[in-house]
Amino acid sequence: MADINDIANESIRKEIEEFVERPEEKGEMIAVMARARPSMQDIGAAIIQGHHETVDKLTEAALAEGIDALEIMDDGLINGMGIVGIKFRDNFIFVPEVLACARAMKAGMKHIEPILSASGIEPVGRVIMGTVKGDLHDIGKNLCIMMLRGAGFEVFDLGVDTSADKFIDAVEEHGANVIGMSALLTTTMPNMGRTIEAFIDADLRDDVQFMVGGAPVTPEFADDMGADAYGETAVECVEVAKRLSVKK
Amino acid sequence: MSKILDRLAAGEVLVSDGATGTYLQANGLEPGGCPEEFNDTHPDVVRQMAANYFAAGSDMVETNTFGGSRYMLAKYGHGERVEELNRKGAQLAREAAPDGSFVLGSIGPTGEFLVPNGTATEEDMFEVFCEQVRGLVDGDVDAFCIETMSDLGETILAVKAAKETTDLPVIATMTYDRGPRGLFTMFGVTPVGAAQQLSAAGADIVGSNCGIKIEDMLEIIAQMRSATDRPILTHVNAGIPRIEDGAILYPDTPEHMASLMPKMVESGANIIGGCCGTGPDYVRAFVQAVRLG
Repeated sequence: MADINDIANESIRKEIEEFVERPEEKGEMIAVMARARPSMQDIGAAIIQGHHETVDKLTEAALAEGIDALEIMDDGLINGMGIVGIKFRDNFIFVPEVLACARAMKAGMKHIEPILSASGIEPVGRVIMGTVKGDLHDIGKNLCIMMLRGAGFEVFDLGVDTSADKFIDAVEEHGANVIGMSALLTTTMPNMGRTIEAFIDADLRDDVQFMVGGAPVTPEFADDMGADAYGETAVECVEVAKRLSVKK
Repeated sequence: MSKILDRLAAGEVLVSDGATGTYLQANGLEPGGCPEEFNDTHPDVVRQMAANYFAAGSDMVETNTFGGSRYMLAKYGHGERVEELNRKGAQLAREAAPDGSFVLGSIGPTGEFLVPNGTATEEDMFEVFCEQVRGLVDGDVDAFCIETMSDLGETILAVKAAKETTDLPVIATMTYDRGPRGLFTMFGVTPVGAAQQLSAAGADIVGSNCGIKIEDMLEIIAQMRSATDRPILTHVNAGIPRIEDGAILYPDTPEHMASLMPKMVESGANIIGGCCGTGPDYVRAFVQAVRLG
């Protein structure tokens, strides 16, 4: 088993010691970080610190050195965002810090994405995300999208006030099989269930998996409306999306 | 000094109103519709809402202008109607207000993040708040209630916009969530931090609204009281909503919430009222609990 001292980057060691409290997550994080080469750990550390210029520079340098784009994404960017997600879930950091980390992630992905798509490498999964019809709130949905992208998903963001038809069109256009729906208002929450019904009516329900979330949404409500899964936080959203992507 | 601050300084506990959105939805507002547009299209509904709260014993009611900033109204295509919709909202509450009662101009979050988290500059956001403040002043409010805030930077800009535009008292309240490490706003602000920094920024009254159930609000208010001498306002949800048979249900009854309001006052609150899920029946119970109880 990997030991924390197998991780070369001191700042990563400190982050794990200080902020990753759940034993199973800590073990997993030590293992993946220890496996990553030091220059990838440096990218991860810059992601956690939210330094987008550093991530930009280090990613470019790693590619120039001949390191595989997929390795940079997995061992550098995604590993870093993994710790960011845990810190956010556990109240060590909040929305402003997560936004800075997401900007850093983006600075790295702008070098990686063209290479991956040119070489035809498949993402972890494809997810369609939208705030449901009548609801203009997108902060939570956007955090989920950042975390999903940070975990290697390809995400199609339909924005706010998304009608059932828009969700259906997006499934047909992008071939994604996971749909994430968000609502902040209690009054627009029922539109989640109506969207699922529209998929049933269009005979498309069996092609997709629905995950739902948002401040007023509960696991019970998710069950009632016939969703496949509920996530309380942006970290859970990633876990749920991974589970649902495997299902299909 | 303003009358509202005089009465608080004299030791009075004042009772505010209950929810606005809940009432408007029960009276024709479509899910996802623009609440502020009702100030123009359904003035009777908005005026009656204020009248109902005053009749229930509210010392003050809020205007139907929570989303009345240019940023928010623009999402509904009403970005050019800021002064009109805020003025009308204030006038409708004013028309229903008995002598000696107060009209609070509601100012909610803009929905935009300041640079670098978002794209709004401080200058732009400040001007957006000033514009809303001017509309509310034209409609004759007695004070401002800046509420449901998460970002201290945005909140302070709103406080300064109100302070620099008028001499009226400013209330500033933020919304907290209970996370694994305690009570924080989405931006990581604590009740103690908010009480200190909003007081320093010139808010005459600080406080908290929405987001959590009354048991947690008691803790927030106690923490804020430990950090400021300013009067404290609280607008509390009728619990965390759930759905039953397709209907939205707020679990906390007027009796349950009212039974904890004396403790809320002991914890440091000077103005008590309701947020999502509360109506005039709640206000009536609150008045009884703190005046006659």
